[in-house]
Amino acid sequence: MSKISLIIEREYLTRVQKKSFILMTILSPIIMVALVFAPIWLSKLSSDETRLIAIIDQTGLYKDIYHDTDEYHYTYTQGTLSPDQMRVDGDESAMPYAYVIIKDNLLDNPQGMTIYSQKQITSSCELNIISQMEDYLKDEKLLSYNIPDIKRIIDESDINLQVDTIRLEEDGAETQTSTEFVTIIGMAMTLIIYMFLMLYGGQVMSSVMQEKTNRIVEVMVSSVKPFELMIGKIVSIGLVGLTQLGIWIIFLVGIFLSAGAYFSFNGGVDPAQMSDMAAMTTTMNGVDATQLAGDMGAMAEVQQMLGSINITQLLVSFVFFFIGGYILYASLFAAIGSAVDNESDTQQFMVPITFIIIFALYAGIFSAENPDGPLAMWCSMIPFTSPIVMMVRIPFGVSTWELALSMVILYGSAIGLAWVAGRIYRVGILMYGKKPSYKEMIKWIRYKA
Amino acid sequence: MYYLEANHIVKQYASHRALDDVTVRVPRNGIYGLLGPNGAGKTTLIRIINQITAPDEGEVLIDGRPLHPSDVEHIGYLPEERGLYKKMKVGEQILYLAQLKGMSRQAAKESMNYWLGKFDIRGWEKKKIEELSKGMQQKIQFITTVMHNPQLLIFDEPFSGFDPVNANLLKREILEMRDKGATIIFSTHNMGSVEELCDEITLINRSHAVLQGKVNDIREQHKKHLFQVEVQQGELQSNDLYEITEARTIARGHAYTLRKRDPHMSNNELIGLLTQQCQIAGFEEILPTMNEIFIDTVGESALEEKQNA
Repeated sequence: MSKISLIIEREYLTRVQKKSFILMTILSPIIMVALVFAPIWLSKLSSDETRLIAIIDQTGLYKDIYHDTDEYHYTYTQGTLSPDQMRVDGDESAMPYAYVIIKDNLLDNPQGMTIYSQKQITSSCELNIISQMEDYLKDEKLLSYNIPDIKRIIDESDINLQVDTIRLEEDGAETQTSTEFVTIIGMAMTLIIYMFLMLYGGQVMSSVMQEKTNRIVEVMVSSVKPFELMIGKIVSIGLVGLTQLGIWIIFLVGIFLSAGAYFSFNGGVDPAQMSDMAAMTTTMNGVDATQLAGDMGAMAEVQQMLGSINITQLLVSFVFFFIGGYILYASLFAAIGSAVDNESDTQQFMVPITFIIIFALYAGIFSAENPDGPLAMWCSMIPFTSPIVMMVRIPFGVSTWELALSMVILYGSAIGLAWVAGRIYRVGILMYGKKPSYKEMIKWIRYKA
Repeated sequence: MYYLEANHIVKQYASHRALDDVTVRVPRNGIYGLLGPNGAGKTTLIRIINQITAPDEGEVLIDGRPLHPSDVEHIGYLPEERGLYKKMKVGEQILYLAQLKGMSRQAAKESMNYWLGKFDIRGWEKKKIEELSKGMQQKIQFITTVMHNPQLLIFDEPFSGFDPVNANLLKREILEMRDKGATIIFSTHNMGSVEELCDEITLINRSHAVLQGKVNDIREQHKKHLFQVEVQQGELQSNDLYEITEARTIARGHAYTLRKRDPHMSNNELIGLLTQQCQIAGFEEILPTMNEIFIDTVGESALEEKQNA
């Protein structure tokens, strides 16, 4: 037993002290955030300049229709302009970004408008030009029916439903829920489990393979049992994964708390109060008041939605499925790593595993749409898919017996598979020079230890 | 009294039998050679002794009792294919492997200092294995093998990868450990070192132990009754008692290689005969080298195999 802990200690410490681990742990969240926000930020950047759009109206019907926006400045000219005139008008920077030529009454002839430009115009520009005109034409058309108060009737008929979803708990309580939110939470957990299975499972495999090709393994197994070596490796890499996850959770909680502290000086504020406070802080910071209020309202909502999910059950299940799924897949990866001599030989074994994991991911995504359907039900029982699929279902509410059964099956098969992997491993690590087949690996299982 | 006995070991792999009823008895405090061509089953036997794999049949006794998992602490094993964790520092590596052999960290440190000093490489603890030359890595590997003062040492091709100077150093260490009471099993192709170091050997060929016993006895048994004779005066001719197979002229007379025709004739009788014909300056019986015996034995069985097929 003490030998396993020695192995775990060494494997864990060497991994955690690696520069790449520290770098990855710190940089990944930053990169993630950057990946999400950089495009938004960049697209805002480009919209800083306003573009000039010249309306050339031959009909004289459409004066004062176009209104300037942040991005587009409209000029109106009545008359004609030939395409040649548009082209040669001197300094390029002073030239309009686009010309809109209106040749005909657009209500009679919808094709009476043309956009000319030297560069291909963006779709958002085109949309802006067209929608402003369409809105005007729609109103014109309505007015042409001569129904009194038509605009007001239309406005009033625009109905906006606000529906609360409330789940009836077994104990009779009512919980306010949000389908979107529940889906997001489930998806996030599923993705995290999926990522860790692939990432750390792969690490187990390459680490086993490295020991084998290094030939250190023969020295090792003359001191410890091969099974101890394998389990030590699986456990230590799993712990590295949990450490990384733990650090990220602490990051996240830290950010959430400090953001909360920034917005409210004392916790537990209701949305209305928050808006007031937002207005207050705005005067101090000069931030857009409505936006801030919106942010804080959203945050309060998130806090409320979080309350709608059984957090303890979710987190406990997450850890259980995470560990169970990891042991299951890491055992497979360890067995593969032990059986092959080099990276390229892993392909034939990796393909089915990757296939299963990706299937599980898709099953998880579709289960979010029908969390109690047969696909979700079966896939959350099959051990190879259950860690991924079950995490999608839990936020929607899963009965305890299902959860328990799924866990029992998962842990039963994880332990069984670890045993089988151990049998393959102890033979595989000492076999060199030939590419093993499935048939051969099955024979290894039966060899006397 | 044998320190290690492997009795009637059978090990079957899927398609071939790696060991078929092989018995090896290693006397305490000696150097025992395990010889054989590649693929004969030596490494399998060594792995069974190391408890890396288990035999299908047969038993291994150490000190008269069955092998127990905790016995790995009394065994030091230097595999033919060496390996260390490349990214690990020398000191950490040595301590880690020693602790896995059941040493306390403190004892491991003391032992490490002793051995690093002995090999004149003190102060290397902080270097990474990958920074060392191949020969230096071998030294570290050797230290990790003997660190825990094992009673049984198993060396698989210990001299491969060492330059002659370091090979000699290694030889000295092996002999010193023998003198301190360790039992040593030694698997090699280098027949010169077998003659030099081993007391007893087993030759394994095609999963069978085909030749076993003390090195001297084996050479005696395989002798071809050849003699190297130097003569100062007179000349020798083949007759019905012996046959000259080679004759050379040397500074002080002639040198002959001769074979006696009757194996039962004693060497004294032969010398008596020779003295009647000439003045003998030197007389020596030529014993076959282990190399010749190895090739003969292995070649013979290969020939048999062919004929049977």
